[in-house]
Amino acid sequence: MSSENGKRLLETDAGGLNFEATELTLGLPGEPRVTSDGGAKLGSKRGFSETVDLKLGDNNQEVKLGHSLQEAAKSPVSKTQVVGWPPVRGFARRGKKSCKYVKVAVDGAPYLRKVDLEIYNSYQQLLTSLEDMFSCFTIRNYLNEKKIDQVNGIEYMPTYEDKDGDWMLVGDVPWQMFVESCKRLRLMKSSEAVGLGLKTAPKYSSTN
Amino acid sequence: MQKKMAYSFPDEVLEQVFSFIQSDKDRNAVSLVCKSWDEIERWCRRKVFIGNCYAVSPRMVIRRFPEVRSIKLKGKPHFADFNLVPDGWGGYVLPWIAEMAGAYPWLEEIRLKRMVVTDESLELIAKSFKNFKVLVLFSCEGFSTDGLAAIAASCKNLRELDLRESEVDDLSGHWLAHFPETCTSLVSLNISCLRSDEVSFSALERLVGRCPNLRSLRLNRAVTLDKIANILRRAPQLVDFGTGYYAAELQPDVFSNLAGAFSSCKELKSLSGFWDVVPAYLPALYSICPRLTSLNLSYATIQSPDLIKLVSHCPRLQRLLVLDYVEDSGLEELASSCKDLQELRVFPSDPFGAEPNVSLTEQGLVAVSLGCPKLRSVLYFCRRMSNAALVTIAQNRPNLTRFRLCIIEPKTPDYLTLEPLDVGFGAIVEHCKDLRRLSLSGLLTDHVFEYIGTYGKKLEMLSVAFAGDSDLGLHHVLSGCESLRKLEIRDCPFGDKALLANAAKLETMRSLWMSSCAVSFGACKLLGQKMPKLNVEVIDETEPPDSRPESCPVDKLYIYRSVAGPRFDMPPFVWTMDEAVRILH
Repeated sequence: MSSENGKRLLETDAGGLNFEATELTLGLPGEPRVTSDGGAKLGSKRGFSETVDLKLGDNNQEVKLGHSLQEAAKSPVSKTQVVGWPPVRGFARRGKKSCKYVKVAVDGAPYLRKVDLEIYNSYQQLLTSLEDMFSCFTIRNYLNEKKIDQVNGIEYMPTYEDKDGDWMLVGDVPWQMFVESCKRLRLMKSSEAVGLGLKTAPKYSSTN
Repeated sequence: MQKKMAYSFPDEVLEQVFSFIQSDKDRNAVSLVCKSWDEIERWCRRKVFIGNCYAVSPRMVIRRFPEVRSIKLKGKPHFADFNLVPDGWGGYVLPWIAEMAGAYPWLEEIRLKRMVVTDESLELIAKSFKNFKVLVLFSCEGFSTDGLAAIAASCKNLRELDLRESEVDDLSGHWLAHFPETCTSLVSLNISCLRSDEVSFSALERLVGRCPNLRSLRLNRAVTLDKIANILRRAPQLVDFGTGYYAAELQPDVFSNLAGAFSSCKELKSLSGFWDVVPAYLPALYSICPRLTSLNLSYATIQSPDLIKLVSHCPRLQRLLVLDYVEDSGLEELASSCKDLQELRVFPSDPFGAEPNVSLTEQGLVAVSLGCPKLRSVLYFCRRMSNAALVTIAQNRPNLTRFRLCIIEPKTPDYLTLEPLDVGFGAIVEHCKDLRRLSLSGLLTDHVFEYIGTYGKKLEMLSVAFAGDSDLGLHHVLSGCESLRKLEIRDCPFGDKALLANAAKLETMRSLWMSSCAVSFGACKLLGQKMPKLNVEVIDETEPPDSRPESCPVDKLYIYRSVAGPRFDMPPFVWTMDEAVRILH
């Protein structure tokens, strides 16, 4: 909502960012204040309410209430996982007997992430989460051949290194077996993955 | 005849007086009095705390304070704990160690939080500081047991080695054997974060046995229940103990041995550890429970009845960390048994489950707020909340200084009225006049921020997620919270206006984190341009922010004040908004 507001305001500025005109000055120390009452804070507050078309009156509240009632009515069946939420410390997984942290590398990205395989119950959950984490990439869902929303048109195949040091395609073995044997994950560019002697037909149905 | 008036005390006298002044704030005030006081003070300052390792450079610190013995540094922003800061972001301690190795040969203490520490850094510490005594690595990473071996081997007077919650590459349990037989100085040893299953137990036993001043010992999971009694018997003077695995088949002789060992520890006041607890072994603790002031059961997967039994034996408890298995009934028991309780943290046992798995609601927290008059600090994960409950809590406990509530599902409204929780949190800030730290959750509009800006005058740290409607919310906080030092925000519709209107405020704070908000790249550039004393850093893992239109929002933004200028150790996905550097980058 507000991001749209922000965009609109910026677009109406003639050419570059002309914040002076909207009284939202950055007020460097020593610069004379614009307002007569001498309080830059007050001045900026006034400027703020003048320029921003906010109505925190009843109208919006009603809309919000209606919206939240609708939200409450829906019962969430599956939980889509948001990165870093709830804010529980990563490796200090409480209430769990174990945790299985593996590094995730993505071809072309200069950094690694880590995921705890124990928190997922299926390949679908894992891949969805990876998609969130590396949101720019299309991850080829090898289980049901469906491409998840494309962003920049490059496909990635999820692969993993197992206990024996072999690189396998994610989805080949039952989920639990995968969790136990996976040492690390690599999202490989599809073009490269073709060259590897990976198993082509997953023996595994998409229900798990 | 001229009379000469003595205008000031001799330097040595002033130095002696200053030595009684320990707090950083007071020391800083002293140094502002006049030039000569500043000069004397800086030569006798022994302890330095740097809340953001990028706010100042090692050389600047060394130049001002040439005789430091103890340093505390913090690196990554708090949200790094929740995977929001990508690996490689920064927070390296090596440059600090390298500079201090030359400048502070008599350095005794290094305490780090959320920093990247390498084996090279540890080895450098081990060989550079002859009188090194204290190493605390809180939530650090990047090092292995090889680095620890170097510390163990070289630091002849080591008193504290505390690795709390750090990520250690656990290559071998033998590093403990590197403590020489002549090392008898240990006071505190915390290895609870080490995850491998091997630990050189005999080396540990011998080490514990020869350190008569050992007061705090926190073992890791590798130490099994049957070994605990042996350790305790060698260190009956312990004040703080972290068990290893607390699970085994119930055997009467093991039990009685354990119970006996615990009862011989007359000073024991604090317990933690308890991985995989078997309830049958908990009564072994009963003899020491009456003295316990701190209990960390946050790894203990035991159910409410067992928790209630244990807690009811601990009337002096001041601090309790526990999983939500404690349930409302357990918290009610806590409220009636533990009248000295000051701090409560309840963690979720199943944070990612869609449905509640335990009967823990707002009722438990209300009960504790009513029954525990000294309660000051709360961290509470739950799945439902109401404005009424929050108002009750606020009225019961105006002495709260830390209130962190996490309602697990984002934007959850008051479950009774389906309204936002603005009024409830508003009551918290209004009644708890000494509130220093607040974390919000649930459905919240801009109104809650109006309350916070109006009443949160002592608030130093605020954490916000999935809240607010517009920039007005952020504006209320930045313009109203006079004591604000750290602000961290994620997934809120806050954009450019509030940030730019309150740019000057950012120089009075340590840092601001905003991720998944609506701040544009253009605004970041402007801020970086206009505010030279701020480092404005944009984090974007997908592509450079200037490959998109300026009005596009940035993914993550970290702004902090600094006298050191922009940093140069940034990874490719961090862009500084300092104009000169950006052009070169």
